[in-house]
Amino acid sequence: MKRWMMVLPLAVFLLLAVFLYKGLFLKPDELPSAMIGKPFPSFSLQSVQGERTLTERDLLGKPALVNVWGTWCPSCKVEHPYLNQLAEQGVVIHGINYKDDNPAALKWLAEFHNPYQLNIDDAQGTLGLDLGVYGAPETFLVDAKGVIRYKHVGVVDATVWREQLAPRYQSLLDEARP
Amino acid sequence: MRAWFTALVLGITLAGAAHAAIDTYQFRDQAERERYQRLTKELRCPKCQNQDIADSNAPIAADLRREIFRMLGEGKDNQQIVDFMVDRYGDFVRYKPALTSRTWLLWFGPGLLLAGGLVVMAVIVRRRRGATSGAAEHLSPAERERLAHLLKKDHPHD
Repeated sequence: MKRWMMVLPLAVFLLLAVFLYKGLFLKPDELPSAMIGKPFPSFSLQSVQGERTLTERDLLGKPALVNVWGTWCPSCKVEHPYLNQLAEQGVVIHGINYKDDNPAALKWLAEFHNPYQLNIDDAQGTLGLDLGVYGAPETFLVDAKGVIRYKHVGVVDATVWREQLAPRYQSLLDEARP
Repeated sequence: MRAWFTALVLGITLAGAAHAAIDTYQFRDQAERERYQRLTKELRCPKCQNQDIADSNAPIAADLRREIFRMLGEGKDNQQIVDFMVDRYGDFVRYKPALTSRTWLLWFGPGLLLAGGLVVMAVIVRRRRGATSGAAEHLSPAERERLAHLLKKDHPHD
């Protein structure tokens, strides 16, 4: 047998080991969003406060985080204080109240403070469906032209903000500046 | 007694109706029912990833089933319904991925591996056959004698 054939099993093993090692750190429950680079889907829904009808045109003008939340979602409660903190720092955050009970949502906002500039009442989950939402919390990063640029599935905390969202948000702000 | 009985019967029928209302759709015909069943089996639940949406109890799967039923009612064809889902949830939702440049390895990889294995096996078998038959034929008379001697020596107690 030729000499190079003897290292073949070792080479195959090492290749497999590299792939399996990488596999250890994959997160199969985080789907790549099909919505990245697409305009925010059109909608016409009441605000959570019920005082006006919101459409996708209301999201134009400034880059913003669009946060999908619900009072039925325990992780939303976990991230809520951090969203308040970001809102205080001047980050534009809009909410989509996804498949929720409106009185419960109003009570939640009164109790835990309201970080949202606009808050869309998506009681039927139709907007969530158009956005490819499969669980809350999910946070979309939308640019000033209303194009979805990034999506984070799961709780937004200091680490996620620092490592994933803040640099992208900043670059969208720079982009929007004339 | 009679009133009790009526109440009981009424209760049972209403309970049955309420239970059936959870996820019962009225299809126009058998063909539409079969399309619904095939589509819900072919699409994957985004939340509980190893289940199709027919099988899953997750609220999102129920929403997707309702959407599929709605689109069937609107007369959309299977491709339009699958495209609707892929537009929102990505290629991930298809248990039967489309044949594209990104998925050809997925489709043909197992076949290629099998073909590769067969080729390797054929090469090994051919080579070994050539080696054994060749070796036996090329022994000189002296070598044969030595071989016989060695074989005998191996079992001195026989």
